[in-house]
Amino acid sequence: MLNSVVTFHVNGREVSVQDQQGLTLLDVLRNTLHLKATRMGCGQGACGACRVMVDGHAMAACETPLWSAQGKHITTVEGLGTREAPHALQTAFIEEQAMQCGFCTSGILMSAAALLQRQEHPTRQEIVQMLDGHLCRCGAHNRVIRAIEKAANTSAAL
Amino acid sequence: MSESLKAHPFLLQWLSLDATGQVHAFSGKVDLGQGISHALRLIVAQELRISPQHIHMVPASTHTSPDEAVTSGSLSVQHSGAALRCAAAHWREMCRLQMAQRCGVDVTAVRCANGKFSVDLKNQTASYGELTSTEMWQSTIDTTHVASPQAAQELDATFSQPTALRPDIASKVFGEFEYIHDRVLPNMCHGMVFRPSTLTAEVVDHEMQALVHHVQAQNGVLQVRQDGLLLGVLTDTEYALTKIVRHIADGVAQGKFWRCHTEGPDANDLSHWLKAQTLDTTVVADITNEVPTNVVQYLRAEFQRPYMQHASIGLCCALAQWTEDTQQLEVWSHSQGIYNLRRDIALAFEMPPEHVQVSHVEGAGCYGHNGADDVAFDAAWLARLAPGRPVRVQWTRQAELGHAPLAPAMAVEIQAGVDAQGRIVEWTQTVWSQGHGTRPGRGKTPALLGTWQTAQPHPVTMAANAAMAVGGGSERNAQPPYDISSVKVINHRVLNMPFRVSAMRALGAPANVFAAESVMDELALRCAQDPLTFRLAHLRHIGQERAAAVVQKAADMARWTATRPSNQPEGWGRGLAYARYKNTGAYCAVVVELVVAEKVKLHKLWTAVDLGHVVDADGAANQIEGGALQAASWALCESAQLNPQGIASHDWESYPILKFSDMPAVEVALMSQPHLPSLGAGECSSGPTCAAIANAIFDAIGVRMRAMPFTPDNLLKTIEAETPSAHS
Repeated sequence: MLNSVVTFHVNGREVSVQDQQGLTLLDVLRNTLHLKATRMGCGQGACGACRVMVDGHAMAACETPLWSAQGKHITTVEGLGTREAPHALQTAFIEEQAMQCGFCTSGILMSAAALLQRQEHPTRQEIVQMLDGHLCRCGAHNRVIRAIEKAANTSAAL
Repeated sequence: MSESLKAHPFLLQWLSLDATGQVHAFSGKVDLGQGISHALRLIVAQELRISPQHIHMVPASTHTSPDEAVTSGSLSVQHSGAALRCAAAHWREMCRLQMAQRCGVDVTAVRCANGKFSVDLKNQTASYGELTSTEMWQSTIDTTHVASPQAAQELDATFSQPTALRPDIASKVFGEFEYIHDRVLPNMCHGMVFRPSTLTAEVVDHEMQALVHHVQAQNGVLQVRQDGLLLGVLTDTEYALTKIVRHIADGVAQGKFWRCHTEGPDANDLSHWLKAQTLDTTVVADITNEVPTNVVQYLRAEFQRPYMQHASIGLCCALAQWTEDTQQLEVWSHSQGIYNLRRDIALAFEMPPEHVQVSHVEGAGCYGHNGADDVAFDAAWLARLAPGRPVRVQWTRQAELGHAPLAPAMAVEIQAGVDAQGRIVEWTQTVWSQGHGTRPGRGKTPALLGTWQTAQPHPVTMAANAAMAVGGGSERNAQPPYDISSVKVINHRVLNMPFRVSAMRALGAPANVFAAESVMDELALRCAQDPLTFRLAHLRHIGQERAAAVVQKAADMARWTATRPSNQPEGWGRGLAYARYKNTGAYCAVVVELVVAEKVKLHKLWTAVDLGHVVDADGAANQIEGGALQAASWALCESAQLNPQGIASHDWESYPILKFSDMPAVEVALMSQPHLPSLGAGECSSGPTCAAIANAIFDAIGVRMRAMPFTPDNLLKTIEAETPSAHS
């Protein structure tokens, strides 16, 4: 598979990237495609800061080899919504001011978006369970939970 | 007058106006994820009567910003906020005067609203831009303008300012925000500095030489440089660097390239180790209003907390660029103190400080002296090997947890005596801890990790404590905040530092408050009093009104005095604690409800806080809640794992922090004190939270936890130690 070209979709756009040994999806997103909002936190898939949606599932981009993205549809925060047409989660995070430093936010948004995509009305317990794949050091946990609950209710009302 | 203003007395040092009408405000305080720049923005907006969206907070830089030392100690609103308030009020009143002269009216006839000055009788208006002269920018800020009578009237009329949202939050959720990790400069290369896991070590020469050869042969490698214990590598891409990091990670972990050995403390007996070192002893307080002769019983107990880690979600990162012809070094950093970093980088390279410029770029949340300054040195050191090219260095997670300073371990002993009426009449608190600061910018030699590890190393900076005037370090909050006639506080600073330690959020306060508030509960029990009643009985003197009010408020929020619920599960308990941060800052009381089963599960946390005048209520509540939840994590699970080869807890598995499902619901109440000076919010809830959890555990299962963290293992050990052995 080495030195082959990997073709996939990022935020609706088709991209082709030359693969290299050990190249991760995170490296490609940040350094090749200049999509910087997906964050490096640990490089071990343990903190959740680099989660992106791969075919609707939240995955740690730091541990995802580029080759495994072949043919997949990937969404990052940059493709979640825009200021003109925000995703319900983005609106709710702003309204709830659901962060302090915001470094964990991108990954949380993508996990939450994946959850809401497969389940319109998650319970609080399901939201918290999903969030256990993410670490927040600033103590914004309750705000984050509130924002996701709010987004779930808003999108259900749409 | 604020120190910031004394050092930077001119209007143009704080504010400017651009052609589009946007106000630029300069602060030396930096955003650490706490949202301080927004609070400062609101202050400027309020004084100028301008919407906050027209105020641009200029990121701090030695190029443009006032030197306000370090962003720490919950002081930004007091220091920078006070200075910016004076600067903005001065500008507004100078413009008002200008408007009065222009219209030929008395200054009292000029109104300022929505960024415009108007004289109703003359039907004239003018903006800041139209009224400001060059001389005005150069004028010395007159601090009396803050209290100008015209302004006071206006403010009463327009007091309800709309609460603006933090603008960075939207930019973060839309993926637009640029953290330091995201900055790309033209022709940028990537670097890493590999180092031993202990402060001092010996290079294993043949392994190191083989490594250097190996690395030099890799694709994309620009330079490899060994200097003393340091191995610096520069590559074209982050990918090339990551491959090298992965290749040598195992060797580093196994001690292949350096022989590391340090005689560190035994984690199971920290208190003994701390006491056995050379000590620098000071009497922090010795207040005897009345020599106690009526003590009927004494309580003596010792408490401790372990070494802890910053554990930020982001990695330490910096960029640097060296320009050979002008001998200028540009550095981009998420340091807490840009001028202090500049000073020590200049010291390290024997350069005049004005040849080094440091600009702040936001990193992930910062809770004290982490590796931000050290990685900036790493980048600067590598940049000097690649003149003209910007160098980006980002530590790995292993380096982040393995090389940043630790929060010092502490032992705290308290002896308290009560009289026959159940009043505490005597209190002696004794602290053993290393100093809580090895920050750059304060010593004769640079306090940057890399400078201690080159072939010509500077000496390791020994940890020292901040002066008591600014709250002290290990002795912070070692003086109980209650009415006690005889109080003595002794601090033993440990003069040995096998592992680097430095400032972490609230410094010595969490351990001291944990100790003192545990003792308060124990004394209440011995005196057969409710913990709330007992505390309030010791908060009756004049000047204690605000303290008593927050304690009462937190208790009310938690329905403390209501009948204890009968349907609570087994192991249910609640605890109360109070402290005034630094004994001079914010007043904070916390009540915690929890259940002790296999582990401690927090259910709910209530906190009442008196911050004086609050600038940004949502931001303050966010800080208080964040401080409490971080402290809950310290209390329940955090402890650095140390061995002679270095810090062994260098990933999230070996240094776990509380998860979302571990967190309690939180309710924050801010006492309304609009006419009292502002007090910082960031650190006041840490101590009371640790203590309230310990007290709630006792309430739940009758076991007194005297050492953090309250992990299942430590709970079990304590239960076993307190239960009479079945074998005896």
